[in-house]
Amino acid sequence: MSPFDPAWAAGPAPDGEVFSDAVWVAALLAIDPVGLGGMTIRAWSGPARENYLQKFRSMLVPNSPFRKMPLHISDEQMLGGLDLPATLATGRPVMTSGLLVDCDGGVLVVAMAERINTDIAARLAAVIDRSAVISEHNSINTVNAARFAVIALDEGYQSDEAPPACLLERLAFTVVQSGLPGDVDWPDAAMIAQARESFNAVASSDDAMTQLCSLALALGIGSLRAPLFALRAARAAAALQGRETVAACDIALATRLVLAPRATQVPSEPTDEIPEDQPEESPPSQAPRDDQPETVEDSISDTQKSVLPPELLAALAAGAGPKRARRGAGKTGDSASLRRGRPAGTRPGALGAGARLSLIETLRAAAPWQKLRGTKTPGRKVQVRANDFRIQKFKEQTTSVAIFAVDASGSAAVNRLAEAKGAVQLLLADCYVRRDQVALLAFRGRAAECLLPPTSALARAKRSLAGLPGGGPTPLAIGINAAREMAEAERRKGHRPLLVLLTDGGANIGRDGNPGRAAAAQDALVAARACRVSGLSCLVIDTAPRPQTFVAKLAAEMAAHYVPLPYADPSHLSRIVQSQGDFRASSAA
Amino acid sequence: MVFPFSAMVGQDEMTNAIIIAAIEPRLSGVLIFGDRGTGKSTAVRALAALLPDMAAVSGCAYACDPVDIPSLCASCRERQLQGSLPVLRVAVPVVDLPLGATEDRVIGALNLERALADGAKIFEPGLLARAHRGFLYIDEVNLLEDHIVDVLLDVAASGENVVEREGMSLRHPARFVLIGSGNPEEGELRPQLLDRFGLCVEVRTPNDIATRIEVVRRRDEYDRDPAGFTAKWQAADAALREHILLARARLSEVTVADDVLEQAAKLCMALGTDGLRGELTLVRAARAWAAFQGAASVSMEHLRAMTSPALRHRLRRDPLDDSLASTRVERVVAEVFAA
Repeated sequence: MSPFDPAWAAGPAPDGEVFSDAVWVAALLAIDPVGLGGMTIRAWSGPARENYLQKFRSMLVPNSPFRKMPLHISDEQMLGGLDLPATLATGRPVMTSGLLVDCDGGVLVVAMAERINTDIAARLAAVIDRSAVISEHNSINTVNAARFAVIALDEGYQSDEAPPACLLERLAFTVVQSGLPGDVDWPDAAMIAQARESFNAVASSDDAMTQLCSLALALGIGSLRAPLFALRAARAAAALQGRETVAACDIALATRLVLAPRATQVPSEPTDEIPEDQPEESPPSQAPRDDQPETVEDSISDTQKSVLPPELLAALAAGAGPKRARRGAGKTGDSASLRRGRPAGTRPGALGAGARLSLIETLRAAAPWQKLRGTKTPGRKVQVRANDFRIQKFKEQTTSVAIFAVDASGSAAVNRLAEAKGAVQLLLADCYVRRDQVALLAFRGRAAECLLPPTSALARAKRSLAGLPGGGPTPLAIGINAAREMAEAERRKGHRPLLVLLTDGGANIGRDGNPGRAAAAQDALVAARACRVSGLSCLVIDTAPRPQTFVAKLAAEMAAHYVPLPYADPSHLSRIVQSQGDFRASSAA
Repeated sequence: MVFPFSAMVGQDEMTNAIIIAAIEPRLSGVLIFGDRGTGKSTAVRALAALLPDMAAVSGCAYACDPVDIPSLCASCRERQLQGSLPVLRVAVPVVDLPLGATEDRVIGALNLERALADGAKIFEPGLLARAHRGFLYIDEVNLLEDHIVDVLLDVAASGENVVEREGMSLRHPARFVLIGSGNPEEGELRPQLLDRFGLCVEVRTPNDIATRIEVVRRRDEYDRDPAGFTAKWQAADAALREHILLARARLSEVTVADDVLEQAAKLCMALGTDGLRGELTLVRAARAWAAFQGAASVSMEHLRAMTSPALRHRLRRDPLDDSLASTRVERVVAEVFAA
């Protein structure tokens, strides 16, 4: 049976074949590669993906470009520009046209798209928008057509690893690993070529357009690119099946392929009992909260004002944390970079991977050798060799990420969860001033949950904090471990994590999730030690009614800065303002 | 070829703000906050095609204005002293500043090619130079790195780019209208940078099905036949261009009565905006809007229409307070105008 039996378009294949969608995607994209933008393939490298790409390529216009873009492509290679090594070698300007212009009329494969830099993605998006590369050389603008489809190979492992949103937004389709076709029938290239011919003539009724627009709206898709892509997909599907107008089954197919993966809500129907604004898939970790709204309401404590020593995070970032072996002699908060930041000296080195030549230093290095090298070529005044190259070094400000791990257990809730929230809010305001990112973790019951992945949108942090419920036992070790894992993940991304732990120290759930006070305390100390080994900057805020020796010990094991949360009952406020100097003194101790 | 500006559907607040920025460059820019796929980039890119050509000194890297003698660049001034300046018509530049652009590209750097080929020390102008007298567009401006923001703030405030690097020491004029866009959910904007934008508009994806269909219909028509679609809207674009030119010419003649100035001051005081830039921007925006509407003087209605875009990003606010600034502005507007 042909994979393009019209019956297939209406739903999953009748014989249980699950691969049809990916074949459809490839076929539609081959018909209208530029208009549909491209696709994301979320799958790991392997024969299934290779096979799929090969089949897709065979359907494209013969001999059209099919080029791969590596992750750390330089601007010159991507958008064209001066080829510096070749220029130096020949002594006259050598220009490269750039990968995107070379791709015109074909396909650009972005390898490891989940790791692509946002600046490269932004430039790619601008080229897609304009269908051209505009380059300026010696004040002359040149416009080179660059119309291509993008295949983003997304090898992300976790859900937070994904290609940049500005790129995803511009690609019509997504294919996932499990959707990659096995050994199925593919349409032959002649069929696709014929559809490509007739595609532009396919008419779409107003009705079709209305239907796709309302469907997009019902699925909670804000972007208007989605219905546009869906419309083009429907037309391509009609062309492939030899129709002159878009039919209902084409609309259904386009909805399934383009709109459904972008849905943010389930369409509300009167018969359904799905509450409104309920996301289609709520993360499982949030499920317990959603199930018992009553108890949650009871124990959500209002954020209260509390007083903390000012500039706590600043002190922490400035090295009040553990004295750890620094890699290199960089200043805190800066990392060496070859691409951007403020200039910070030069070093000998080879060009490539975005390195920038420091011309003055290069010429200075070449100068002493000029007599020896002689001027063999007439017209060349200076002889520069590869070993004269000096690379500009830059220092880049790294982003700090403050990870708040909040003990939301029953004991903490009874004690001072509200004030802990107030303390976090004060620190959030501090983060805003310092332009840090923040993340929020809470632990209670038997698990730690990530309320907010690292973000610089502080209003969201405040919202999730305000809704944080309290209650249940204290899995301190699990909380510390989760915070440490998140901190280490941030460090791998090149950020600077700061860990802020707020607890009353009443650990009673061990690392394995079993109750038991002694074992739980022991596990917490082990988890704390792991933070020190990992060299994280930590801050422990003791939220117990009276400062606990256990929390102080925990802080010592973490090599953390220990701060007992001062009392801030509004009625005592004036007294606290007077004695604020004391808090500073105690925090510095 | 770009999507014609006049074919944009809805999003009036955004398109009006862009038109006002084109009429009155001293407003120094528009910030557009909103979701993806709401036509932000389309509007900005369409602007370039809409604007009338301008006169520039031929052969000048900064496209100096031959009439504006005091702000000529160094080389143009030299040429001007020696004789007359050759003039040519050029398109108003709309320059993209991509995220992650290096300082070299933004500020400008030594021209490697010329330096290597004939040992000449020539400055290769950066994006700031190219944007002079035009527009600098920064998509996702709230994600821009701090060191680039620093450069921008300094240049935008002084109207001049001072280069002191790689053995180069020079300065050139760089006056441009900033257009920034972004999604506030993804990150905050530094207050200093926020302040550089004269107007701030919020775009939302239209929830009305008829508007959405019209957007999709026009875009689809354009994608199928760009040349035909552009030709169809050429007349409307030309009319809008004439209208903008007329408003520019009329701008200096539009009067602002004292009671309007007083009302502007009242609004700013009620909202507690910092400094006097709020009043100044509000009055300038209202004047540009009045000029565009063909009025001889600024009325209370013009003022009222511009209050939200001119002031909503100037409220002193708690970074953690997520109540919408727009609602606060609207409430104060209602109170002040009722009084």
